[in-house]
Amino acid sequence: MNGVCTWAAIGLIVAASTAGDILLSYAMKKVGDVGELWKRQGLLKVITRALTMPAFFLGLLAMALAFYSLLFALSWGDLSLVVPASASLTFVANAFAARIFLHERVGKRRLLAALLVAGGVALMAI
Amino acid sequence: MFSSAGDSLLARGMKDLGNVSLHNLSSLILAVINPWVASGILLLITFFACYMSALSWADLTYVLPATSLGYVLVALVARFAFQETITPARSLGIALITIGVGFVAAGPSLTQRKHAELPAAETVSPEARP
Repeated sequence: MNGVCTWAAIGLIVAASTAGDILLSYAMKKVGDVGELWKRQGLLKVITRALTMPAFFLGLLAMALAFYSLLFALSWGDLSLVVPASASLTFVANAFAARIFLHERVGKRRLLAALLVAGGVALMAI
Repeated sequence: MFSSAGDSLLARGMKDLGNVSLHNLSSLILAVINPWVASGILLLITFFACYMSALSWADLTYVLPATSLGYVLVALVARFAFQETITPARSLGIALITIGVGFVAAGPSLTQRKHAELPAAETVSPEARP
């Protein structure tokens, strides 16, 4: 039962955090360069601009779901399994999702980087 | 660093609370008043602000692998500050992450698009970054 609950929660973490990353990345590209915007118009403008984006709120909701799934998974499984497994699977899922939904140029370099990092994170748990 | 430290504090707090049953999910909401969980959340909020700033000028597939360097830093701190043993598998993991981050960092940080495809930033375009 512990194993099933842990892996179900890991699956939910991966799905929710991938959706959250995609939505937040989309929203922040719409906001514009935070550093430049902060210099020119102040921090309040940056925060206001981000908070008025529906995609930002949806992204936050997805991240909140991922966070509670993480708490749920941590209460059942070991940190050394839950965090590396969910992180490494999220790297790979994000590479494909960013290509499909954000139209990012995910060439061989970025795909290989995602796989290397995913493998590395998984090895760190051993 | 903020992300890894935050995750560790959350794990410490959730171990205090014990297993959360599917029939008692409300205890997950109450978990945020645990000091360890609350401290973890504070660190994760700091990480989130830095992460959002990076996403405003770089691709997700560039930022995400780059943040994984935190795992390497934590392993090095564990080795030199707490004299923990780094197994050969972990050393290989550190090497793979470092190579992966090096791969992605050597490429462009942002996908170049035609003007019509640009996000609707009013005054500052991420494309204007050098």
